[in-house]
Amino acid sequence: MAGGTGGGETIMATREFAAHEAHAHAAPQGFIRKWVFSLDHKVIGLQYYFLALTAVFVGMFLSLLMRIHLIWPNAPLPLLGEIKPETYLSLLTMHGTIMVFFVLTTAPQGGFGNYFLPIQIGAADMAFPVLNMLSFWVTFIGYIVMLSAFFVVGGAPLHGWTGYPPLSALQSAGPGEGAGADLWVISIALFCVGALMSALNFITTTLDMRVKGMSMMRMPLTCWAWFITAILGLLAFGVLFSAGILLLLDRNVGTSFFVPLVVVNGQLAAHKGGSPLLWQHLFWFFGHPEVYIAILPAMGLCSQLVSVFSRKPIFGYKAMVYAILSIGLLGFMVWGHHMFMSGMSPYTAFAFSVMTMAIGVPSAIKTFNWLGTLWGGRIRFYSPMLFAIGFVSLFVSGGISGPFLAQPVLDIPLHDTYFVTGHFHLIMGVASIFGIFAATYYWFPKMFGRMMSESLARWHFWFTFIGTYAIFMPMHYLGMAGATRRYSQFTEVAYLRDLIPLQKFITYAAIVTIAGQFIFLFNLFWSMKYGKKASDNPWEATTLEWTTATPPPHDNFGGRTPVVYNGPYEYSVPGAPRDYVMQTDPSTVAAH
Amino acid sequence: MASYTPTVSIDDPRTSTGGNGVLPPAWGGGGDNFGSPFFDMRLRRARLGLVVGLTGIAMIFISFTSAYVVRQGLPTLDPRTNVLLHDWFPVPLPRLLLINTGVLLISSVTMELARRQAGRKAALAQLAAVPGVLADADEKVSWLPLTAVLGLSFLVGQWMAWRELGANGFYVSSSPSSSFVYLLTGMHGVHLFGGVVALLTAGVASMLRRPADSQSIAVDVTGWYWHFMAFLWVYILCLLEFVH
Repeated sequence: MAGGTGGGETIMATREFAAHEAHAHAAPQGFIRKWVFSLDHKVIGLQYYFLALTAVFVGMFLSLLMRIHLIWPNAPLPLLGEIKPETYLSLLTMHGTIMVFFVLTTAPQGGFGNYFLPIQIGAADMAFPVLNMLSFWVTFIGYIVMLSAFFVVGGAPLHGWTGYPPLSALQSAGPGEGAGADLWVISIALFCVGALMSALNFITTTLDMRVKGMSMMRMPLTCWAWFITAILGLLAFGVLFSAGILLLLDRNVGTSFFVPLVVVNGQLAAHKGGSPLLWQHLFWFFGHPEVYIAILPAMGLCSQLVSVFSRKPIFGYKAMVYAILSIGLLGFMVWGHHMFMSGMSPYTAFAFSVMTMAIGVPSAIKTFNWLGTLWGGRIRFYSPMLFAIGFVSLFVSGGISGPFLAQPVLDIPLHDTYFVTGHFHLIMGVASIFGIFAATYYWFPKMFGRMMSESLARWHFWFTFIGTYAIFMPMHYLGMAGATRRYSQFTEVAYLRDLIPLQKFITYAAIVTIAGQFIFLFNLFWSMKYGKKASDNPWEATTLEWTTATPPPHDNFGGRTPVVYNGPYEYSVPGAPRDYVMQTDPSTVAAH
Repeated sequence: MASYTPTVSIDDPRTSTGGNGVLPPAWGGGGDNFGSPFFDMRLRRARLGLVVGLTGIAMIFISFTSAYVVRQGLPTLDPRTNVLLHDWFPVPLPRLLLINTGVLLISSVTMELARRQAGRKAALAQLAAVPGVLADADEKVSWLPLTAVLGLSFLVGQWMAWRELGANGFYVSSSPSSSFVYLLTGMHGVHLFGGVVALLTAGVASMLRRPADSQSIAVDVTGWYWHFMAFLWVYILCLLEFVH
């Protein structure tokens, strides 16, 4: 039996489409066509990634300002001076919006998905490269429009990332609700357009561009995750776009879709009959799938990494696929659990509650399978694996409070407290960001041809892992003690004043954790230039991106088209000369 | 030899579906490969992309429909009498909309003829490349520009219907029902305008003598998009007229 291949070797069938490939993929020469308005999915992936990187540091800086203000409410802050309550709400709004849209949605799907989906299925590019370029640039414009809200009269909006009317629908409702809020809505609408175009590309590429032999059930779980995420985006972002259009009309044309008869600053507003709950339904029909849009790619990556670094096949491949599908499907049936506070019928609340808790089943299957993969494995604790295990930990810790909040009787007292802040930051925020870090450490060698510093990566991991737990676990206790979220200071109320020491602890932890992120930033840019040269398959993994050159050539496979013979997780195969068998290794078919 | 047990069942790789991972030659980049695997691949991929894209557009209008139905049932408080009232009064739709509907449906027929015409032209262009074969696409009517004209006529008609509504005192913010009339007709108009732009682009490509197969694919997907827009308009009209 011939051995599997890896390293710099490429084992591909000789079905040549080279002439056509070369025609379709003539590498652009000029800087503008190569790096700015590029049609290459790899460059576009990097553009998304660096957009998210700048966004995450902006969002993190805003959270730092908020944390400092919470414990030193009278201290002037750099650039902002003394913080008023409405300024605090602006910081909160922009932090949430930038993080959810321009980081958690952008990096895992737009960044790594764009770069690696075509390569992992053996394609030369995305199905519609021009559309791919457009989707990035529309997203980029959306980001600039979002940031510009800081600089208009009145400043950034106050209404939180969920944009609840009537606050978000009335220009006179607050200082940031004028031009700043208009820019916010326009930015979100642009983001939706970009996300829809991107989803179209991901779905078509996955269905139509898989290489010979790459059946759906041979795709790496990362590809499954990107595919299902794209379907969620296709169905969800259109709804948010519609809601945004209605909100813009309410704000600027005088319609009353979302605004009831309401008095603002002692004056009767010129609206009547609209329903803020209509916005909530539309928003959360998008908003809950958005949670999975953020975290499914990280789940797919985690599945990949626990297999690669445990040197074992993933435990229950098909179960993992069906779990992703179930989570995606159920994700569209639970939006009402964000609205238990709205006075909904207890029967409706019960239905949403049951459906929400049902998501615990596929989530538990995934967790069980990750642990099952780790069990008995020959684990290699490289930095991608550390972050993958960290992801599992955060997913469990953040997820376990989900069933609490899924019950209306518990959600009502906890909903507007730090308990919810702790919950969603752990499971949606930090867990997804651990996925982004894991992906960066794992695929950096392929993207840039060099290894990142492993020792710096370990320092980064421990800073971040301990730091995030130190920040977000105490928030659960704050919430149970009744600390309300969205308040800009706690000094005026006795029972909240007693909790200030814990708030101080959280702020100190946040400062240390944020400082730790500069280790990552340094490692990222330093390693691009000075990192150790990477081989073509440094992790001894089996999927297609490790069969091609590092970094991959313009058409991904150097004019040849690979053929797939094996599943994506063939590790520790009995009888194989090495402990891994590449997906493109034809010899295993003969053995079978 | 030790046994090898794959974790995922191995089928014959040749039986797998998938488009071979190949990105076909760029549109407009030359290469008359109509009838080749690339043409079929490009057509299939374009149609698949269209279906996915139309799903996204459908979600936008499903959301509007949901808002339309919910908003109808909402009461509002009369501040003078402190009584809950319903402020939904159906807007009498201009009869012009029926004429516009007829124009759009006719344009859907001409679009279908244009789609088939483009397919024939592409096939004949391929045949004409064979030495000794005389293939002349003697088409008497050019359906593509006619469809674009009808599409633009529909849009002008919609604009005139808006003006008629305004003349009768129904503006965007006059009442929730008139808000939805403007919203739904406006959003549909924007999407149809996209189709007109696609038709004009295909027409310009024809004048620039771009490869017939690329035009055929562009016209094909625009055609299906156009039919969807015609269906969507009939749906919107029924919603506005009958769902109260």
